Amino acid sequence: MENLHQLTAEKITRDLYPQKFGKRGMIWTATLAVICLIGAFAYYRQLKNGLVVTNMGDYVSWGIYISNFVFFVAISLVGSLVTAIFRLGNVTWSTPLTRIAEIIAVSAILFASLIIIVDMGRPERLLNLFSHGRLQSPIVWDVVVISTYLLISILLLYLPLLPDLKIMNQQKDTNPKWANKIYTFLGSFWKGNKEQKKINKKAVILLSITIIPVAFCIHTVTSWLFATTYRPGWDSTNFGAYFVSGAFLVGSGAVVVAMYMFRRFYKLEKYITESHFDHMGKALVLLALLYLYFNVNEYLVPAFKMKKPEEAHLSNLFAGEFAPMFWFAILVGMIIPILIVINRKGRKPLPMFIAGIMVVIGAWFKRYLIVTPTLLHPFLPMHDAPEKFKHYFPSWEEWAIAMGSLAGALLIITLFVRIFPIIPIHETIEENEIK
Amino acid sequence: MCDCNKDNKCNSRRNFLLTGLVAGAAMAGCSSESPFTPGSDQQVIPSGEKVKLLSVDGEIIEVDKAFLKPVPDLPQISNAEQRKGIAGKSFVMVIDLSRCKNLKKCQSACNHMHHIHPGQNWIKVHPMHDAEHTAPYWQPTTCMHCDEPPCVKVCPVDATFKRQDGIVSIDSDRCIGCRFCMAACPYSTRVFNWEKPDLPEDIEQQHYSCETSMPQKKGTVGKCDFCPDMVRKGELPHCVSACPNGVFFFGDMNEDSVSNGAETFRFSDLVRDKSGYRLMEDLGTKPRVYYLPPVNRNFKFEDGLKNEGEIKYNS
Repeated sequence: MENLHQLTAEKITRDLYPQKFGKRGMIWTATLAVICLIGAFAYYRQLKNGLVVTNMGDYVSWGIYISNFVFFVAISLVGSLVTAIFRLGNVTWSTPLTRIAEIIAVSAILFASLIIIVDMGRPERLLNLFSHGRLQSPIVWDVVVISTYLLISILLLYLPLLPDLKIMNQQKDTNPKWANKIYTFLGSFWKGNKEQKKINKKAVILLSITIIPVAFCIHTVTSWLFATTYRPGWDSTNFGAYFVSGAFLVGSGAVVVAMYMFRRFYKLEKYITESHFDHMGKALVLLALLYLYFNVNEYLVPAFKMKKPEEAHLSNLFAGEFAPMFWFAILVGMIIPILIVINRKGRKPLPMFIAGIMVVIGAWFKRYLIVTPTLLHPFLPMHDAPEKFKHYFPSWEEWAIAMGSLAGALLIITLFVRIFPIIPIHETIEENEIK
Repeated sequence: MCDCNKDNKCNSRRNFLLTGLVAGAAMAGCSSESPFTPGSDQQVIPSGEKVKLLSVDGEIIEVDKAFLKPVPDLPQISNAEQRKGIAGKSFVMVIDLSRCKNLKKCQSACNHMHHIHPGQNWIKVHPMHDAEHTAPYWQPTTCMHCDEPPCVKVCPVDATFKRQDGIVSIDSDRCIGCRFCMAACPYSTRVFNWEKPDLPEDIEQQHYSCETSMPQKKGTVGKCDFCPDMVRKGELPHCVSACPNGVFFFGDMNEDSVSNGAETFRFSDLVRDKSGYRLMEDLGTKPRVYYLPPVNRNFKFEDGLKNEGEIKYNS
């Protein structure tokens, strides 16, 4: 934040204070809400008629819901990367990005939990997981680690917010009444005295350390939902690392996209600077290369051997029905973003934004490719089953619910930004004073 | 009175009488009336035909037949009992591929008896063609009832479980419909109730039984259950008795015998002499279904084609 030192605390507070939605903000929010409502209606239909409203079948028994779940879990990992790994690595430039990353993490993991309930045939029996839970099932592991991760992420969002809540609470006259209620409820106990600060700091450091293994767990365990089966394409020892690396990549892509949007629409050029994009760009290249490396491992080694059960699956990906999507995910999700961002010029905000979008979209399709094609190549061939079970393309209800969940995650982020400062005010002022 | 329908006739009659009497004696303990006095709302006219019963204290008494109530044929085995399975049993199946000509009678009997959703099947008959120069053959598949069942390992709520008699069963009242078991099963044996099953009203009213696997419920998984309800009656599973060619042999490994209804073999001899094998042995799932290779066949492969629509050879 090289050009910040002439800024006063008042100016920083004014710049970073949550703003009312403009016209574009209203349209954006309303659009998201409408998409959510369509998704909710589709889910109502699913509850009424059963999973028959989807195009899943006895072979493709997991579809777009599960790939969307994996996508959400993946994207949520960025919270741990930016807040914890960067913090413990003494990365100072990440301060204005921590809250962005953390709210992405919280809303993504929240919708991961929701979408997995949507996938259940009997959602009303959810509590069976607790009353009859069996510890040897990877699903139970996932329930444990995801709820832990959600809790830690919420705390990592909330605790650093406390000093900012004090600032908000000091300006009660200018805030809307409903917002004041939230600020008072969440932060009225925070006096900002030495002792509180000390406890808070300690808690944040402790949580930052805890969240790293938990983050690795959530995505490793999610990968094990697949890797613990025998199916070609899932039966891989590479899966944990492959998933975690991919998760950091898509999460970073999402942070870059969010950085660009917030910077542009909230005029935060002084706070989210080009140097932030430059730093994130370097991280993005590194992570994309890492993910590419695991992809090479994942596909090249089995392709070299072409074992019979793998053959149908791999040839389908490389040159068959799923080839366009497969090469799209590899090129648009990894290679082209690397080529853009590896140049200094590519690490400017706009090309970074484009690369970020490509990473996120590529990653979404990548998750689809991980889930569906494998199920279309069972060991015993598809036979004596309804013809429609031998193919899969999501129904409108599935699309509506999946898109509704994505819109829902964006809506949470949008509403959060309306209520709370997306860049930590207090920390920015402190860092500014030190300089 | 719960055990009367699982043993043979003679036993069941004896059980019926004894348990009936125990209940009667219990009633007699708390009221001065005769245990065989009908309730006030019932008008029972004595038929004059007497039945001899053995009382709990060893006396023989005579009761009018009209006072006896028939016990409904319901599987009244508790869920806990169903989860444990039948003690001392170790069920196996042997499928003789040399006898199969894809008549699909096994399939239709199974579908009919379990009221499976049209189009879905618990038993599938695969046209197999292992390699270029080998002959194609028909391979019926049931649930393999693995001794290391991948489906049971992954089930988060113990809705699918392994019983002491070797059967892998499903509790549809507990299943949450996550379909992890379907992903885990390498034999693709499991089917899902994507919509509300279309069942006759009397079936739908029944309590779910892990032994009959009925009634199937929306949003839960179903599969072949080796028909333990039939075994309790002393009968063979529906697929075994429905097959006119005697393809399926069912039996108990502890007794070392398997039967298709007409013929009975020593299981160990059969599997040894005919080189029995199991599917996907390399996965370590240890199935309980053994296959006898399609040698010296009773039928040509082509004989089975008329029961297929468009055929795609599988390997």
